[in-house]
Amino acid sequence: MPRPTSLNIVLNGVAKSVPVADGSEPLLFVLRNKLDQVGPKIGCGAEQCGVCTVLVNGRAVRSCSAEVQSIPGGADVRTLDGLADKGHGQGRPKRLHALQRAFIDEQAAQCAFCSNGMIMSALAWLEARRDRDEPSDEEVKRFLSGKGPGAVAVTLCRCGAHLRIVRAIQRAARDMRRGDFDHGRSDDGDCYDDDRSGPFKGRS
Amino acid sequence: MSTTQISRRRFLAASGSLTVGFNLSVTLNGVAAAATAAGGRLGVDSWIEVSGGDDTLVTIYAGKVELGTGVRTALTQIVAEELALALDQVAYVQGDTDRTPGSQGYTAGSKTIQNEGPPLRLAAATAFQGLLSLAATQFGVATSELNARRGRIGVGEHHRSGSRTYGQLIGSQNYQLASNASVPVKSSADYSIVGKSVRRVDLPGRFTAKTGFVSEIKLPGMLHARVVRPAGRNASFIGFDAGSLAAVQSIPGGVQVVRQGNFVAVVASDEYAALVGARTLRVNWSAGAAMIPQELLPTALQDPANVYASGNEISVGNVDAALAASTATLSATYYTPFQMHASLGASCAVADVSNQRASVWSSTQGPYPLRGALSVLLGLPEASIRVIFVEGSGCYGHNGADDAAAEAALISKLVGKPIRLQWTRADEHGWEPLTPAMVHRMRGGVTGASCMAWEHSVYSPSHNSRPSLGGAGNLLPMQHTGSAPADAPALGANAQTRNAPVTYNFANNRLIRNFVKSFNLVPGTRRAALPVTWSLPRTSALRSLGGFSNSFANESFMDELAKKANADPLAFRLQHTTDARAAEVMQAAAAKAGWGSAVSAPRGFAAGRGIGFLRYETVEAYAAAVAEVLVNKKTGAVQVTRVVVVHDCGLIINPDGLRSQIEGNVIQGVSRTLKEEVRYSGDRITSLAWEDGPGELGYPVLHFDEVPDIEIVLVNRPAEPAWGAGEASIGCLPGAIANAVFNATGARVRSLPMTPAVVKAALPA
Repeated sequence: MPRPTSLNIVLNGVAKSVPVADGSEPLLFVLRNKLDQVGPKIGCGAEQCGVCTVLVNGRAVRSCSAEVQSIPGGADVRTLDGLADKGHGQGRPKRLHALQRAFIDEQAAQCAFCSNGMIMSALAWLEARRDRDEPSDEEVKRFLSGKGPGAVAVTLCRCGAHLRIVRAIQRAARDMRRGDFDHGRSDDGDCYDDDRSGPFKGRS
Repeated sequence: MSTTQISRRRFLAASGSLTVGFNLSVTLNGVAAAATAAGGRLGVDSWIEVSGGDDTLVTIYAGKVELGTGVRTALTQIVAEELALALDQVAYVQGDTDRTPGSQGYTAGSKTIQNEGPPLRLAAATAFQGLLSLAATQFGVATSELNARRGRIGVGEHHRSGSRTYGQLIGSQNYQLASNASVPVKSSADYSIVGKSVRRVDLPGRFTAKTGFVSEIKLPGMLHARVVRPAGRNASFIGFDAGSLAAVQSIPGGVQVVRQGNFVAVVASDEYAALVGARTLRVNWSAGAAMIPQELLPTALQDPANVYASGNEISVGNVDAALAASTATLSATYYTPFQMHASLGASCAVADVSNQRASVWSSTQGPYPLRGALSVLLGLPEASIRVIFVEGSGCYGHNGADDAAAEAALISKLVGKPIRLQWTRADEHGWEPLTPAMVHRMRGGVTGASCMAWEHSVYSPSHNSRPSLGGAGNLLPMQHTGSAPADAPALGANAQTRNAPVTYNFANNRLIRNFVKSFNLVPGTRRAALPVTWSLPRTSALRSLGGFSNSFANESFMDELAKKANADPLAFRLQHTTDARAAEVMQAAAAKAGWGSAVSAPRGFAAGRGIGFLRYETVEAYAAAVAEVLVNKKTGAVQVTRVVVVHDCGLIINPDGLRSQIEGNVIQGVSRTLKEEVRYSGDRITSLAWEDGPGELGYPVLHFDEVPDIEIVLVNRPAEPAWGAGEASIGCLPGAIANAVFNATGARVRSLPMTPAVVKAALPA
């Protein structure tokens, strides 16, 4: 029989309390349907792909399989929706997190359905290893394959953006190590040369 | 500079516009009528609209949709280039049957840039000439004195005598232009946006969760649904288990069960209640007839009893005589399994069917053809249905998106409320249209180092069963509610033989196509016999369609013939190639990869290198890949360590976007070569998860630590037409990898996937 409960969490810094009809409901559905989160996605329901990843008390959790009744009261829950500094803009992020900026700089997605899983998994991993050297590409690949220290489970990409994702995570690791939430991106232009030697401003 | 005549008329709207369209057969009066009917919008046949007002805003109304390949950005670049705009002055409305043109069919087949780029460029250039003409009148100067930059036109190089935005030039007037084929377009030498690695315009919204996918569409009063699938492809509904039905109906959340024929769904106001309901409901299904057992496919696909149409597609010279005259002959048979799109997000759609109207939000590749199929399913005229594309998880072809849209619409019709249908992972893995298993029988003859005879006989089920007005039966819910699938394809009307023809110069060359049925046919016809009995899983278009498997056979057999001729595989290909662009990509790939040098291998491993080449659809982009592999001599496990691709698709619109597509081709190509195989038993697909686990089978795709290093060389030809690249290079991979495994071990692997067991069995004792 369903056991009614309530989910009491601090979501991206804001306290939230939501009644839940059945305590076995996955955190994912509550975040998406009752707390209007757009970042975490429905992928496999079996912790095999990673698109539903959120952080619970700093740890990466596959929210498709995390029952609401297992979430400690007052837990700190972070989602992709809350990762950027909201700043003062009209719905426009004031400052992007180093991971978001790195994913843009490396153009690290095709369809971007996996991006939530990549960014949120890497967030927990990089925050936990902030004091260590930038991970090698092999370390990042192993981590995203569900292997090695701090790994949760396999994180899948189907489009084939893998090598860009690895580079983006390494780039973000460098920036985060500098304590650099926003390292003052100088390139706000649309264009860059293919050799990536620097920003390119279109003559238009 | 010539001016374009502008026809103009007063319009009652507060701000005006300038639109450019194709096939603008409607008169101005006709457009006015259409605009009134559509609530003030301008004619659907328009492609480009420049808004009147203070600023500059140009909107592309694109039938081509963004599937994650970057076409939105690339088409935006083309328009921004011709209209002298910054990218953020261009908006993109895509795939909406009430707003975008209907003539563009599907977004598929690597065709968007090559087919839609040139007419869009002309439309943008036509609009630009119209704006110049307006400016010349308003400033009282000749157009030759005008200069455009960032959405403003002014007099002189630096606009010293004033300038106006495009919106100001238009003001509150409305202008309708027909796209003009003789309008001046920018020279490729003057391009400043086209040819640059512009960043994808849509990605920041994804990385910040600012923009959702179709799965995040919410409507007021919307209910959630899950489908309860039949026990197998040929199973029929008998009845509900009464106890489970009562249990479902007692779940809080207004849970209801709907059924039509073999289509069963659970609906609730709460998504989790719908999911629990679907899990709880027990349905009694009849045992369906078994499909052809999977282990028999390599022979069954060649069985004349399963082939409904055969014939020569190519017959040049005299293959039989040339084989008889060759000093050495060879024959070999290749096999590739059923594979799936395996989209990372399970399909999802939202539909609102009420008051004899339907609105459907879907990540379909073809909003208009889907609308046609929905009109049959729902019994509504097409004009009463609006299909709106919203991005979904990458699809790579005809995946579950259309079926999910149709199912959502059917459920909405049955319950009279807006419905969001979310497929489960098992729905997607078990019911999406697959790419078919294929068999290739090859024969060849060599004399000296020359190929004297080449024969390729292809055996394949359908590669295209997309839904449409005339093919509504291809929708899964049509089949579940008693309709037959559309006819099996006629010879020549499908893509079983995509890239089966080689571009090598063979004096004696035959290509034979054999179309394999997937369901029982009325004898002598291509029509399904009723009741429909499926003998193979349902199949449709997956990236490159038959090209992946055909190229695997062609490029593997080229190496086998080269071996027979004691020739180097690269030299053997070049010897039979007269097209300089083909030779260039092969030579460049070989040079970059270090062809001829040894590949180092750790102890216990064998290392090797192989090449694969193709010209996409034999007349479009050129691609060559060189793969390097390590083979574990004990286990047979193959690791692809490095892939070099040289790619020539003519004019490049966006180099980084192109690289991204090639990377995707390589990674999916490696994955499909090494790991992917749909498994089934009886009449049901059994590989319903990503990974094998206790009590379940997986459909594994490549993990990060299995991804090779990828090196890409782009050949840019600004004076040549731009060809598509979405699926041009994937077919190079299986042959290149098979040839590398042979180079490493001497083992010729002729079936996919090259799992450790398959390779180990092929290794020399």
